[in-house]
Amino acid sequence: MTDSDASGRLVRPFALTGGRTRPSRADFTLITTVTAVDPPPELAPRPQAEQSRILRRCARPVAVAELAALLDLPVSVVVIMLCDLLEAGLITAHPPRPVSPRTPDLDLLQKVREGLGRL
Amino acid sequence: MAGSDPLATETAGTPAAPDTVKILIAGGFGVGKTTMVGSVSEIAPLRTEEPLTVAGLGVDDLAGIEQKRATTVAMDFGRITISDELVLYLFGTPGQQRFWFMWNDLAVGALGAVVLIDVRRPESSFAAVDFFERRRIPFVVAVNGFEGHHPYPAEDIRESLALPEGIPVVLCDARRRESSRDVLIALLDLLIAAAVE
Ligand SMILES: Nc1nc2c(ncn2[C@@H]2O[C@H](COP(=O)(O)OP(=O)(O)OP(=O)(O)O)[C@@H](O)[C@H]2O)c(=O)[nH]1
Ligand SMILES: [Mg+2]
Repeated sequence: MTDSDASGRLVRPFALTGGRTRPSRADFTLITTVTAVDPPPELAPRPQAEQSRILRRCARPVAVAELAALLDLPVSVVVIMLCDLLEAGLITAHPPRPVSPRTPDLDLLQKVREGLGRL
Repeated sequence: MAGSDPLATETAGTPAAPDTVKILIAGGFGVGKTTMVGSVSEIAPLRTEEPLTVAGLGVDDLAGIEQKRATTVAMDFGRITISDELVLYLFGTPGQQRFWFMWNDLAVGALGAVVLIDVRRPESSFAAVDFFERRRIPFVVAVNGFEGHHPYPAEDIRESLALPEGIPVVLCDARRRESSRDVLIALLDLLIAAAVE
């Protein structure tokens, strides 16, 4: 890999986010699932090419980490683009199950345990 | 409340998203974390790479990044679909010590962790044991036999790690699906035991 390739890989993703490196929402974790809104809202701005790529990937619910891996983009970059899509009403985001060591969710734990038992 | 928060809104016509949970597979460099993720995951482990400037240093302005080497920290993960409504993700933490700042973020919201140990050099995972102990994140220790055999009983490993009685030590073969599954089940049993207490 040449130097220009290496820098190109870094510069390109950040060009996609207008130079911003920080998400405007902290709502997207690695396992937050995102889903394209279908049909898209009438007044939504027309998605850019890279946004359309994301929307196609999340026609079915997909976790942020998976989306980043599939698109071969850093998670931080994908999150910034997801913020825009969320603000535009083009996706919905489903947060992970909250986990608190002090108030464990026995029902959730048992479901996971049973699921593993079936493997 | 849903209302104006798009995060809470699921529009009709949009397929319902499953709930998600995660477990970390941690341990020293090269102990078999990715192998374990891959053996039990329903998909080949996926990988994301994060430029280090973003992941670690909180640099806001990446102007001049072209001058720097593309240093990235890789993270791999797998998936186990528990049901239509519930999906478990397994995250292999980056093994090299200089990337451990990532573990803090990864640990947030995790059910618990597996600390994987290479039976030939258990000391390489000492720091990982420390990490979860200090943060009171529930974990089990899984001893990867590497050549597929286990020269030491679990109790010897427990002693060498100075592990408290409450923390299970499981002998495993990270390459085998059933073995990796049993490690995860040991973690869930630990979590369930703590929950019913
Ligand atoms: N013989 C044998 N090889 C193994 C076993 N587990 C892992 N390996 C091999 O050991 C090497 C390291 O395994 P990985 O799963 O990549 O280890 P890791 O902990 O993810 O490594 P890092 O992410 O770099 O810290 C790979 O070449 C694996 O194929 C095992 O149980 N037996
Ligand atoms: Mg690995």
